Amino acid sequence: MAKISIDDLKKIKERERSKMVLRDGEFRVKITVHMGTCGIAAGARDVMSVFRDLIAAKGTHDVILTNSGCAGLCSKEPMATVELSDQPPVKYVLLDREKAARIFEEHVMGGKAVEDYALARGSETTASG
Amino acid sequence: MEDISLHILDVAENGIKAGADLVKITVEENTQTDRLVVTIEDNGRGMDADFLARVLDPFVTTRTTRKVGLGLSLFQQSAQEAGGDLTIASTPGVGTTVTAFMSYRHIDRKPMGNMVETMLTLIEGNPDCDFVYTHISNDKRYVLDTREIRCELEEIPMNHPEVTGLIRDNLVSGLQGFSAE
Repeated sequence: MAKISIDDLKKIKERERSKMVLRDGEFRVKITVHMGTCGIAAGARDVMSVFRDLIAAKGTHDVILTNSGCAGLCSKEPMATVELSDQPPVKYVLLDREKAARIFEEHVMGGKAVEDYALARGSETTASG
Repeated sequence: MEDISLHILDVAENGIKAGADLVKITVEENTQTDRLVVTIEDNGRGMDADFLARVLDPFVTTRTTRKVGLGLSLFQQSAQEAGGDLTIASTPGVGTTVTAFMSYRHIDRKPMGNMVETMLTLIEGNPDCDFVYTHISNDKRYVLDTREIRCELEEIPMNHPEVTGLIRDNLVSGLQGFSAE
C-alpha cells in the first residue's frame, strides 16, 4: 500500500487520546445518510461527501457520520437523518449538496432543524368543532 | 446508476449488510485485452443455492431477505450492455463474491466514476468493517488495506475526520493516472 505514514497515524492517536480524557466519548450529533441502492442512485454519496467535508472543515469532534440502508421511501431519496443528543431525530428527504450544506449549518451546528427539507411537519391537524 | 463506482458502493454495502467485516474490492483495467473486471468479495453470511439462483431476478428478489434488492440486477444490466456479464458465487457462512466483467472500450461501458468517494463513503459509514481495495490499470497497481491502518490506530475510530483525510490523500495520489477517461 502506498504510504499512509505510520507517524501521521500515531500523531492522530496521541492527540485523540489526550482529548478523550477531557470528554466522555459521547457524540453530540449523529448524521445517518441512507445508502441503499435507491439512495446511491439518487445521489446519496454526494450528500455524504458534503457532510464529510464540512465536518473536516469545521474541525468538529462531536459529530459522527454514518450510513444505513433503504428506509422504504425510495422516491424521497437521497435521505438523511440528523439526531442531536437532546432532541428527537429528524429525517430529511430529497436532498442535494446545497440542502445538505444548509442542514449542516443550521441543524448540526446551529441546533435548529431545517423544517423545509424535513419529511413531515405537522402532518395531522385537529379539526376544531 | 451513473457509473461503475456507484455500482461498487452498492454491492459492497450489500456485503456489509450481510454481516461482513472484510470486503475486498478489486478493479482490473486492461486496455490490451480490452477487459474491465470488477470483483467484490465479502465474508458475510452468504446465500444458499436456492436464493443464489434467484438473486439476479429483480422481480423475484424479496426485500424481506435484505440481502439484495435491485442493485445486483442493475449492475448486471450495466455489464451486459458493455459486452460483459455479472456472476455471483456464494457459500453460506463463508461469503459472497460478485464479479462483473466488461469490454473496456465498449461504447456503452459506463465510466469508472469516482472510486475515491466510493471508498471514503464505505470506510466512513462502516468504520468497523475492513476494506482491501486493489486497483490494477495495465502495469500500474494500487492497494489500500484498512487493516494496516487499523493496526496503527488501535482504539481511534477509522472514521475520525483526520484519518479519513489521510486515506483520501492516499487514494487521490495513489490513483493518479488510473482510468484514462
